[in-house]
Amino acid sequence: MSALLEIAGLTVRFPVGDLDVPVVDSVGLTIARGEVLALVGESGCGKSMTALSVMRLVPKPGRISAGSVKFEGRELLELPVAAMRHVRGAEIAMIFQEPMTSLNPVIRVGDQVVEAIRLHESVTRGAALDRCRELFARVGIPDPDARVRSYPHELSGGLKQRVMIAMALSTRPKLLIADEPTTALDVTIQAQILRVLRDLQREFGMAVLLITHDFGIVNELADRVAVMYAGRIIETAPRKTILTAARHPYTRGLLRSMPALAPRGQRLPEIAGVVPSPAAWPAGCRFSTRCDEVFERCLREVPGPTVMGEGHHACCHALSTQGARA
Amino acid sequence: MESHVVSNWVVVALGLASLAAIVLVRRSRIWSDAFVQLWRRRRLALFVAGIYVGIALLDSVAWVGGADGNADAVSVHESRSVIDRLFGGNQERSYSAPFADVEFYGAQPLAHPGSHILGTDLIGRDVFYLALKGARVALLIGGLTSLLAIPLALLFGVSAGYFGGRIDTVVFFVMSTLASMPGLLLLIALIMVMGKSTFAVCVALAVTGWVGFCRIARGETLKLRELEYVSAARALGVSELQIVMRHILPNLMHLVIITFVLMFSGLVLSEAILSWLGIGVDGSWGQMIDQARNELSRDPIVWWNISAAGIALFGLILAVNFIGDALRDVLDPRTLQGNE
Repeated sequence: MSALLEIAGLTVRFPVGDLDVPVVDSVGLTIARGEVLALVGESGCGKSMTALSVMRLVPKPGRISAGSVKFEGRELLELPVAAMRHVRGAEIAMIFQEPMTSLNPVIRVGDQVVEAIRLHESVTRGAALDRCRELFARVGIPDPDARVRSYPHELSGGLKQRVMIAMALSTRPKLLIADEPTTALDVTIQAQILRVLRDLQREFGMAVLLITHDFGIVNELADRVAVMYAGRIIETAPRKTILTAARHPYTRGLLRSMPALAPRGQRLPEIAGVVPSPAAWPAGCRFSTRCDEVFERCLREVPGPTVMGEGHHACCHALSTQGARA
Repeated sequence: MESHVVSNWVVVALGLASLAAIVLVRRSRIWSDAFVQLWRRRRLALFVAGIYVGIALLDSVAWVGGADGNADAVSVHESRSVIDRLFGGNQERSYSAPFADVEFYGAQPLAHPGSHILGTDLIGRDVFYLALKGARVALLIGGLTSLLAIPLALLFGVSAGYFGGRIDTVVFFVMSTLASMPGLLLLIALIMVMGKSTFAVCVALAVTGWVGFCRIARGETLKLRELEYVSAARALGVSELQIVMRHILPNLMHLVIITFVLMFSGLVLSEAILSWLGIGVDGSWGQMIDQARNELSRDPIVWWNISAAGIALFGLILAVNFIGDALRDVLDPRTLQGNE
């Protein structure tokens, strides 16, 4: 499978006080056509910023200071603004975390989807509206004929997120970036939305960059998983490998603290401490301040990726020295 | 073009604009709901404001000719409005009390006995007629000034809030500069520079009045630009200008309408103050009050002149403020929750 999206050495910097902090630091990722890659990590580790960089929508005063983002072989970071606008929406679509504010409150939802379609394709209003109704039916919105005339405040959070999905998929993008698509919804709705996403992903053969901090969602949807910590990718592996044979201490810590996997009757294990703020990131391995297995080299040197198996990399000195010893 | 022709076309344009507004309001459920709410809450105020608007419009439709019985040589060639034709033309020589048959001082017989329901002024003009004529002036000042000030405030406020950076710095500097000058003095200075015409007064009021709404528009835009539907629009490849036109401006419309109504009454009052200082617009209620202020010290007192102007002014301002207040309740998102 050829890569659809190739991110290499991506660095995003934000000025914090006098410092210019790299909140995303030399991130590399690839997504193949039709593949679902989950980007997992705690809040503030740079997941969303990585996704926004792909769209070139990093909010000011942040900026992409280094790296490359190749989409179907084209360098997105060097594309002219007008061409980039076409990529957004027509080729890469995005859905956001907060469905309650993702729709303009004064425009009927049908009109908003119609506008999204007509932005990238020259079709008549009527044809766009027909497609909108089809999409609404497809994402499981009951009574699409009536719902296209609804205003956002007349819809529930789950319905709004379905509208957002319909809007994102209206132009049949090759890549969908879903930034915590179900975080703001309650659990029963979450399951429905995930099912809709999975069905449509398979039907359209679309690649998905799924941003989440929930391994349950990873298990539902992902083909491959990349774990991020403090602005860096620390482990990448196929889904099964991550869930059964994760090697990085941080990933293992995350998995141990999942209620569904933890042994019953005991206190739920947690990773001690909190993610340090970007301005206070340690030199060397960024997980060194919270790691149980930390040793002297971790404080000095940034660990590079160690190959642990097919498609499985982890960045940890403990693993690389073991590998060297073995 | 002669002024009465312009005025007739303005009436036609206003009629078409209100027809368009009615169609738009009926089409959008949000706005028609808001209007129904407003009608339920402020029926009387809407009715009173409607009377003022009606009088002003009747006073704006004018044509030449069609002289009636008492036309003199001058008025044959002058354009006269519907109001002029209905209520004008009962000129006296001096003061007459309401419904009087003889002059107030000297008891000379009147030319039109019993026809002055609010009496006449020093030079014998019918006060009821003058009060009616004031409605057009008041609405012209409020309307024209808002029409100048609100687009200006929106342009500067939205671009400062949305694009930020250097534009924001410049706009903020201009706003702070204007805000740090005493408003009334600036107003007087501007009118002195531009000359004392209706348009000059409106421009001066607009220049001093746009800052407040500009600040509101800037703040609201700062808030809106961070909302996810703006991010979502960007992620869909919508251009910045389209985002402003489609996602920022429509979400400011409720503020525009509330500001228009509240600003309107403030402007009419400001003009009254300017008239009292002698630099207002001819024919306004403020000018009537100014001319009548010495009459209060006469003996026996001439009370009808100042009362007519005062009550006419008060009635319009009160009605408009009541409507503005209710509009805010109906349209402001912060108070909207209770209505849903």
